[in-house]
Amino acid sequence: MSATPTNRPPAGLDSGATDAVLRMGRFFTKRGTVSGDLRTVTREGGRGADAFYRDRWSHDKVVRSTHGVNCTGSCSWKVYVKDGIITWEAQQTDYPSIGPDRPEYEPRGCPRGAAFSWYTYSPTRVRYPYVRGLLLEMYREAKARLGDPVLAWADIVTDPERAARYKAARGKGGLVRASWEEATEIVAAAHVHTIKTVGPDRIAGFSPIPAMSMASYGVGARFISLIGGSCLSFYDWYADLPPASPQVFGDQTDVPESADWWDAGYLVMWGSNVPVTRTPDAHFMTEARYRGQKVVTVSPDFADNTKFADEWVAIAPGTDAALAMAMGHVILREFFVEKDTPEFLEYVTAYSDLPFLVSLEQLDGAYRPGKFLTADELGDRSENAQFKTVVLDDAAGGEPVVPNGSMGFRYGEEGKGSWNLDLGDIRPRLSVVDGADASDAVEIVLPRFDSPDGAPSTLRRGVPVREVAGRLVTTVYDLLLAQYGVARPGLPGDWPASYEDAEGACTPEWSQAITGVPAAQCIRIAREFAENARETGGRSMILMGAGTNHWFHSDMIYRSFLALTTLTGCQGKNGGGWAHYVGQEKVRPQTGFAQMAFGLDWQRPPRQNISAAFFYLHTGQWRYDTYDAAAMTAATGSGRFAGKSNADLVAMSARLGWMPSYPSLSGNMLEHTDAAREQGRDVKEYLVSGLKDGSIRFAAEDPDGEGNYPQVLTVWRSNLLGSSSKGNEYFNEWLLGTDSSLRADEAPEGHRGQEMVWRDDAKKGKLDLLLTLDFRMTSTTLFSDVVLPAATWYEKYDLSSTDMHPFVHSFNPAISPPWETRTDYQAFHAVAKRFSELAVDHLGVRQDVVVAPLQHDTPDELAYPKGVVRDWKAGECEPIPGVTMPKLVPVERDYPAVYDKLTSIGPLAEKLGMPTKGVVFHPEPEIERLGHLNGLARGGAGNGRPSLARDRDMCEAILALSGTTNGRLATQGWRQVEERTGQRLADLSEGEEGKRITFADTQAAPQSVITSPEWSGSEHGGRRYSAFVVNVERLKPWHTLTGRQHFYLDHDWFTEMGESLPVFRPPLNMHLLFGEPELGSSGEGQVGRDGNPLPGLGLTVRYLTPHNKWSIHSEYQDNLLMLSLARGGQAIWMSAGDAAKIGVADNDWIEAVNRNGVIAARAIVSSRMPDGTVYMHHAQDRTVDVPLAEASGKRGGIHNSATRVLMKPSHLVGGYAQLSWAFNYYGPTGNQRDEVTVIRRRSQEVTY
Amino acid sequence: MRVMAQMAMVMNLDKCIGCHTCSVTCKQAWTNRSGTEYVWWNNVETRPGQGYPRTYEDQERWKGGWVVSPSGRLKLRAGGRVKKLLQIFANPVLPSLEDYYEPWTYDYDTLVKAPLQEHTPVARPYSLISGKPMNISWSANWDDNLGGAPELTKNDPVLRKIRDAAAESVQLEYKKTFMFYLPRICEHCLNPSCAASCPSGAIYKRAEDGIVLVDQDACRGWRQCITGCPYKKVYFNHRTGKAEKCTFCFPRIEVGIPTVCSETCVGRLRYIGLVLYDADKVLEAAANPDDTALYQAQRACFLDPHDPEVISAAQRDGIPFDWIEGAQRSPVWRLIHDYEVALPLHPEYRTMPMVWYIPPLSPIVDEVTKVAVDPESPESHDVLFAAIDTLRIPTAYLAELFTAGDVAVVEKVLKRLAAMRSYMRDINLGRDPRGEIAEAVGMREEDLYDMYRLLALAKYDERYVIPTGHAEDAHRLEELATDCAVSEHIGLDGRGTEGPFGADSGRGPVPVAIQTFAETKRRQQADEMGRPADRQGGLTQ
Repeated sequence: MSATPTNRPPAGLDSGATDAVLRMGRFFTKRGTVSGDLRTVTREGGRGADAFYRDRWSHDKVVRSTHGVNCTGSCSWKVYVKDGIITWEAQQTDYPSIGPDRPEYEPRGCPRGAAFSWYTYSPTRVRYPYVRGLLLEMYREAKARLGDPVLAWADIVTDPERAARYKAARGKGGLVRASWEEATEIVAAAHVHTIKTVGPDRIAGFSPIPAMSMASYGVGARFISLIGGSCLSFYDWYADLPPASPQVFGDQTDVPESADWWDAGYLVMWGSNVPVTRTPDAHFMTEARYRGQKVVTVSPDFADNTKFADEWVAIAPGTDAALAMAMGHVILREFFVEKDTPEFLEYVTAYSDLPFLVSLEQLDGAYRPGKFLTADELGDRSENAQFKTVVLDDAAGGEPVVPNGSMGFRYGEEGKGSWNLDLGDIRPRLSVVDGADASDAVEIVLPRFDSPDGAPSTLRRGVPVREVAGRLVTTVYDLLLAQYGVARPGLPGDWPASYEDAEGACTPEWSQAITGVPAAQCIRIAREFAENARETGGRSMILMGAGTNHWFHSDMIYRSFLALTTLTGCQGKNGGGWAHYVGQEKVRPQTGFAQMAFGLDWQRPPRQNISAAFFYLHTGQWRYDTYDAAAMTAATGSGRFAGKSNADLVAMSARLGWMPSYPSLSGNMLEHTDAAREQGRDVKEYLVSGLKDGSIRFAAEDPDGEGNYPQVLTVWRSNLLGSSSKGNEYFNEWLLGTDSSLRADEAPEGHRGQEMVWRDDAKKGKLDLLLTLDFRMTSTTLFSDVVLPAATWYEKYDLSSTDMHPFVHSFNPAISPPWETRTDYQAFHAVAKRFSELAVDHLGVRQDVVVAPLQHDTPDELAYPKGVVRDWKAGECEPIPGVTMPKLVPVERDYPAVYDKLTSIGPLAEKLGMPTKGVVFHPEPEIERLGHLNGLARGGAGNGRPSLARDRDMCEAILALSGTTNGRLATQGWRQVEERTGQRLADLSEGEEGKRITFADTQAAPQSVITSPEWSGSEHGGRRYSAFVVNVERLKPWHTLTGRQHFYLDHDWFTEMGESLPVFRPPLNMHLLFGEPELGSSGEGQVGRDGNPLPGLGLTVRYLTPHNKWSIHSEYQDNLLMLSLARGGQAIWMSAGDAAKIGVADNDWIEAVNRNGVIAARAIVSSRMPDGTVYMHHAQDRTVDVPLAEASGKRGGIHNSATRVLMKPSHLVGGYAQLSWAFNYYGPTGNQRDEVTVIRRRSQEVTY
Repeated sequence: MRVMAQMAMVMNLDKCIGCHTCSVTCKQAWTNRSGTEYVWWNNVETRPGQGYPRTYEDQERWKGGWVVSPSGRLKLRAGGRVKKLLQIFANPVLPSLEDYYEPWTYDYDTLVKAPLQEHTPVARPYSLISGKPMNISWSANWDDNLGGAPELTKNDPVLRKIRDAAAESVQLEYKKTFMFYLPRICEHCLNPSCAASCPSGAIYKRAEDGIVLVDQDACRGWRQCITGCPYKKVYFNHRTGKAEKCTFCFPRIEVGIPTVCSETCVGRLRYIGLVLYDADKVLEAAANPDDTALYQAQRACFLDPHDPEVISAAQRDGIPFDWIEGAQRSPVWRLIHDYEVALPLHPEYRTMPMVWYIPPLSPIVDEVTKVAVDPESPESHDVLFAAIDTLRIPTAYLAELFTAGDVAVVEKVLKRLAAMRSYMRDINLGRDPRGEIAEAVGMREEDLYDMYRLLALAKYDERYVIPTGHAEDAHRLEELATDCAVSEHIGLDGRGTEGPFGADSGRGPVPVAIQTFAETKRRQQADEMGRPADRQGGLTQ
């Protein structure tokens, strides 16, 4: 098309009259030349007025730093400084290149990070130390009277009246300024008093996600660990830990870096809204599409990532496992049973437990799957034979054989060189029927939970069997086909006839009824996923996230996902497998970090606790469990949880050594030692006999008992009370002893457990001191007794790393900490110094005993062979520390020396080595070097040792003592693994043996890490990191029972739960469990604070709390820039249909009310939301624009005011193979997705 | 031929994740000042949606841009120069503060200062305009991510247009949901109607790179530019009484650094580079009576930097050699000219905008996939092509944004993007690439592959090709005005009396630097925080 049709008159502006004006103008104005068409005037000069913008752009320096905020971003930023003032920030673009044919990492960042500098000088900045006025007055009075800080503190907290008074004032204003000296003295006195009276394990510290600022985490954790307090876990508490990972892989979480998404040929984003929650990484997904990657999203709402997807799978919330099971059904049928797919068959035979034999057990005239068959049952008398699993070997005519690589080879002398996946001549038989030799078939009973209300039932399907060593056995593969309902000729039982069978689990049609996903879509995606994996050698990936991981049964959802990636041979392949991203858990320099943070260089073991159980007990939530643990079990179970409460199981897991539990025992641990010594007895024997005769009890059995609860809690780098406190109102009510909007009824008699001590007069306000270090005002600071003003991320030195990229990089101060703020490093040093001074008179040197659980990646994993539960308290065995109960480890506490130890590196790293995941690193030259780098401590306990006086000293130590940042250590570690596995590995890092990443390097630019046995993937040769590459390519076993990826789990409790194999379990039915209104109902019966029914029409909906676009957890949700781009305060998204039902318009004030609490927020009505579900985006604190709620008359709550902790028994299992505890590795999750709430439109007149 | 160089931008909407990092870094760098609290030089709109300020695309209402008169003359929609001259004291048509939004802050210091009281302290919202407590009901991004859909969305002027045009209505319901993001900055037009609207001649277009700026000394606060700009990308600083707008980060561009919004773009979707054009052709092109011809008409103004004739003319017209080279390497030129995937935003406004867009692909409606997928050949590129017709985002909607309603042009672009994906999938999976895919969209295989590299790998030095300014030649730098500059010509000056928004600027000239760095520094270092009512505003407070 021609731009200038010839039949037009010459173009002109306006009209002829204008032309005349303009021509006239040519005479009026001296400057400039008017163009021929009269359109433009060209002048010279006249540009002085742009000086303002030039001036604004100028700056004095640009400093590299980042944000420590658990977002997994770990982005490097440029912070601009002018005249000593931070002006703004922008992203660094200097990441090492990841290859000529790939997109680069630059410019990682997001709008939240870009808004951070607002905090520096904002009016929400905490500039001075603050103490609650009431408490400060009491303290000053008592100290003036008694003359001693510790006695003064004791005087207040032991007086019920005064203590209750200041505790009841928590969260109600009245903070007053104090000096650093006075504030830290109060804090130190509280610590000393608590240790002195009830013991060090009554002190806890909560700080999450070390990867987001390692030294800041490290200094506080080091202080807590040195004094014997317990560090609380976070990854499991946040429900970011996928328990399926340790269950299946024996690993906490190991996943591909985001650049590896690029390698995938097929990408399913399942419950992970990548543009919002992985903002800096999302481009790899959008760009990979251009390379021909097919993208599918699975999400209940039209999530942001759906924009990029070729297909949107709109799924009913929480039913993801049903879809994945049906996809598994399709894949097993089409790629395994109807046709052999050699690529898949070879993979699962070599790298999964599918060929391993499982014994069948009798149950009600039929069979159920039992335990893995092990070598001891074949008469094998070798070391750890109970941990050597068995296959049928086709090469040996179908005889049972014991291949290398199972856990029996991992520990002990005999296994050296044989812990590997090299099958040699063994050709494991996948199915018992595969051989020419005859096999039988029997019917087994399998669990199902797919009834509308989630009630358990059973189904019967046949498996082929053989008799081996007097036992009826079948393979995991045979069990899996039965579980997935994939029929084979000649097997008895009920099998779905076709994909269209809606009754038989797990067909696509069955899935459609549950998930709402069309069967045809399910079949199509399953086929495409598998076909792509086959064609590409495993480059199909599921990118999964909190949308699927925060459910009560998320481990079952994840196991159904992992079944897909393992069956199709995608794990351990670049571009394939699971890609789970929830939480920045990956501290790449793990070994050095652990040494520093937990003071392992001075004393071992540290106390590390599981937060979900800790808060479940100590915020009183266990008292509101109106259902018994048996409610979670399968119809195929044997009733072992009958009559037990969830709290009973928590106590049992502590008692059996499965899980940690602090406070551990009744009584002061220091005094137990004294008492034993006085009686001339060994303290371990003293404690065991006390436990046996009942004179000493586990504190978990009586959490409300005097002295059995935590009394000092320090929170730093976290907004616990405004963000992650699942059951926020329970926290307020029980832990803090202040106002709450808790509405739940306590469990009636009969539901209070068998072993738990129920106290009607249980104490509220258990904490004597809540201390918070922060730079902004949050719910946590508002409710704290002492608030210390913290430096921001632009005001200190630190280190950052993440899952998402393979770099470590640094924080650096753009300015010095302003006003009276201090770095966490300086603050803990100040507290420790005063603590050590007060300890001279009040504590001295004491003997402590750590009640330590059986630990992952150690021989403790052999404690409970076959996963058979033996309870010494029930008389089933003797209490033997480290075998049938926790280890009891005496530890000397030199309290006056705590400050010296905090500020210097102790001798144990060289003496005992530094263990990580079963590899022990030996750092003699590194310690020597650190002495030169950091200088030496002079005087005191650390005399002559490398100094840790400054934050950057600890950064230097972390880097020097980790394999990922020190090629010598990496290679040393690999050589150790070579010895155990007999496989070649050290070449993965040998080329970089001389490489040392120093702190100065990380200041210059982000540094790529070195391949190290601390992780399972390989960066060798510049390849992109993907998990388990080393396992697949180098035949190093996974850290599991069979040494392979597990479909099957044979622990007693998993069998009881019906979760031996992947199975669909629907979201919990809160109507049945807690009496909440049924979904869709009007919520009749809910009453307000006056006892009258709440006004207005209600609607009961699913209450989901996905991550927020305008904040990272609670950080930034109070940031004016973010609030200006969003709705300016708390908001709940709901569908247009639901809104219409209860008369709500966009931006109306609404309230969400359930038994756990009350929320008053604005409605965002949107057609992108499905009916029946609301989203209150995660971590909306109550600090900004939250009015008083109608339903409570009190300040509206946070997003977690409507949630609470729900204990899943199988998360409490320990002491058995990969089901063993490690910190943030395995344990109960603080899941919160299954909740429901009633939504009502409230009066639009709000008061504050 | 009069060769000029224009620094231009292309945004690939298909990669935009809607994160707003661009908005925040821009605001932090440029407009977190008193008087500009409500101002977002860069904003990101969820589409469908009303945009910012709301419904700005409704030119019937806001009177922005140019129209062609029946006699074929180009004139400002708000009225020609004579009319403007006569009406200079009248209220210009411009959005009210409510149409942008009333900026606010909170009494944050309550959180730390509240005395012992009955309830947990909370920070309440206060207006940054009035200093009084306020009820937040609109923002610069209120309908983000379909918030308020369909109630709010149905007022989207573009949606209204296609609804009116098509017999069937576009459904705004759950199963049919669609959305995408539209990041916007000043278009730095070749034919800027803002400049033409300015009675003071204060808006100029830099001769060397085409960046459009407001001369802060010359601006008299008439606000006619705000009416004149159909994109509503000139803003009124209500403290200084002057117009301000996106500067294309000229202090950075001059030294070869990309704009803040581009360098910080996490989606890596922005491209900056030069385009050479023939300044003598602009008026004729902009006056083309056929709206749907304007896209091609604007392209016809562009000059091929590889053409020897153009090169010599450019040298003749004083364009430095490295700038010509820059124009040859320009990703903007490649995307507009070589691959023909970038399109102008609202060409029918006739301002000849120079920030262009690659329209987004979008999820294929499930029903179509179900029918279309051939089990034997599930990856046939025909499937993707067939699906273009049934994308979630109606192509008519995209056409209203980028081609004045010409759906065929948008479909051609989308097919090229789809073809790139198909073609590359074979390579990705190690199969033989299929030339017929490139052919089907009228491209050569190597061009399809090079386009893939530019769009997918998008390396920093390929996204941004920015020759540095020639400071040694600074005296020659000129401003190019597209204006009527009536006040200057005839010696008019004047002051209104009413408030700044929707009525009158009123205040007369105030130095632009009133919100200086010194003031920011003083406030930010103040020990006491003060209540919002005491504050004069600014996001930093």
